[in-house]
Order: sequence, then structure tokens, then C-alpha cells
Amino acid sequence: MAMHHSDNDMHHAGEIPKAQTKAIWKTFFILVGITALEFVFAFFMDPSTTRNAIFIILTLFKAFYIVAEFMHLKHETKALIWTIIIPMALIIWLMVALISEGSYYFDSVTNYFK
Amino acid sequence: MSTSTTLEKPNTGTWDGGNEPMKASYGKLMMWFFLLSDAFTFGSFLIVYGLSRHKYLPYTGDAETFTFSTQWWPIPEKVYNAFPGFHGVDLPLAFVALMTMILILSSVTMVLAVEAGHRMDKNDVQKWLLWTILFGSTFLGCQAWEWSHFITGTEEGMLLSDGARIFGANLTVNQYGPPLFADLFFFITGFHGTHVFSGVVLLVMIFINTVNGVYHKRGHYEMVEKVGLYWHFVDLVWVFVFTFFYLI
Repeated sequence: MAMHHSDNDMHHAGEIPKAQTKAIWKTFFILVGITALEFVFAFFMDPSTTRNAIFIILTLFKAFYIVAEFMHLKHETKALIWTIIIPMALIIWLMVALISEGSYYFDSVTNYFK
Repeated sequence: MSTSTTLEKPNTGTWDGGNEPMKASYGKLMMWFFLLSDAFTFGSFLIVYGLSRHKYLPYTGDAETFTFSTQWWPIPEKVYNAFPGFHGVDLPLAFVALMTMILILSSVTMVLAVEAGHRMDKNDVQKWLLWTILFGSTFLGCQAWEWSHFITGTEEGMLLSDGARIFGANLTVNQYGPPLFADLFFFITGFHGTHVFSGVVLLVMIFINTVNGVYHKRGHYEMVEKVGLYWHFVDLVWVFVFTFFYLI
């Protein structure tokens, strides 16, 4: 088996290749940077729909970096990438449906007593 | 018998197992599909949070004069403003910022362990797994503190219309706002915390296996990758919980 071959190679001392961690730390600093930016918005901007939209966009950026780089999905085959991404459309639909449901519930309860 | 010979022969045909369209091992694929289903669970939780929030009156007044009331949904900055050792000091979101940092760091050490596994570097895998276990446990400790603070409540509590005061929160009474707010806090952060706990257990298991040289003998560290996928997912969920619970 191919795996046995590499196993035997590793038994010689000093044959472990050097760590390639540049991309990992770059992703880390991007994540920390985005989180810091979120706190800047949290403290220096009044709550509004715009602010919430900024938070959600920044969150999606963070999610992209975690899934693409840390979970390595970016470097998998196209078939696997789409198998994971496409079902997420169901979540988007559920979100649209239930949040408008919540708003409707609020509206009807508030207006009921008027 | 003819059946035994077919079992020994590797399947190479396109339709009998020789074709691997996703070029990933069985275990990794199953981990991805498990995480997909878990994403639906967490997605549903957070969407119910969104629904409940839209169901309640938002607080429209000035943030300076905000008081806890069951009438409106609380402002997160006013709920999560405590820090261990700084009793009574208003430090909005400081502790959750620390928790977020710890979890992102644990994700980095996890990915470093996976990278070391690719190079068959047993010592590095051990080192980074230990760091990940350390950060993961620290996060759990922070969450325990946050929960106990949330349950105990602040000194002021919430003034009810009949003059009584309530302190802290449980599943039926909540000083910070509508009881549903506390319920969702317990369910969502609790479910996430359970995932972190399971992750730490898995990490300890693969750490022991690594130390015993199980993966080195096997010739690859794929198990570290699979647990890594799970661990990053837990971090990913926290990113969303953080946004929808603490920021918005």
C-alpha cells in the first residue's frame, strides 16, 4: 500500500518536512480583524437595520474563511463543495419564512387591541 | 467459491465502487454530511431566535435609560456586560470578546495539528492537540461562568409592577426581559456548549491515540482531520451565535 511506503520514509530522523503555516496564520489574522471590526461597529454605531446588515455580511465573511480555509472545503472537488453549499438554501428559505411569520405575529397582536 | 474471490478483488469499474467523484474518504464525507445536518439544527435554533425577536416589541428608547422589562426584548450590551473579577463594572461584551478569541485560537491550533499530521510529525500533532484541548476547556469554563452569572442575575434585578424584584433567570422567570429570551439563551448556548464538550472529549481521545502512536502505525493522521472538521464547525457555529445573540 502507498501509505506504508511513506510510513517507512518517516522513520529516518530529520525527514519531517518543515511546517507550512503561513496561510493558516493569515486566515487567523483575517478572522481576528473582522471580529475587531464587528466590535467597532457595535460600540460606535447606533443600532439600526444597516448595522445589522453589516454584522451579517461580516459574519458571512468569517464563515467563508473558516469553511474554505480551516475546513479546507475550498480545496475539495467541486462536487463536494456544491453538495455542502446547495442544501444551505433551505436554511435561507426557513429564515425568510419564519422571520416574516414573527413580524406578522407581532403586527397582529399589537393591532388587535387598537 | 466465487463470492470470496470477488470480495478480495478491488472494485475498479465506474459503477462498482471504482469511481470516487468527491475524492474524499468515506469517513470524511460522513463527517461533512453529519455537519450539514448539524448546521440545520443550529440554523433552526437561530431562526427561532429571530422569529421570537420579531414577535416582541423592540426597545426604541435611548440606550442610556434602558431598563430590563418583560415588555421588550433586551439590548444585548446591557445583558452581557459582566466580567469575572470586575463586580458591578459595566463592561459591555468584553467577556464574550474574550471567549470568541479563545475559540478562534483553538481553531488555529487545531488546523496546525492537522497540518502537522500531513507531515507525519507526531510531536507537533501532540503539541497542537494539547493547545486545542486547553483552549476548548477554557472556553467551557468561561461559558460556565457566563451561565452562572446569567442565572444569578445582577444586584438591581428587575422591578415588577407590583413592587417586587426578580433576580437572574431560569426557564420561567427572567430579569433581563421576556422569559423566552432566557429560554433561547439556555438552549442555544447550551447546545453549542454541549458540542464544545463533545469536541474536547474527541480531542482527548485522539490525543491519547496520537501519543500511543496509533495513527503513526496506521500511516496517516486522517482521524485528526475528521475531528478537526468537527471542531471548526463548532467554531463556525459560535461565529453565528455571537452575531445573532450578542451583536444584533
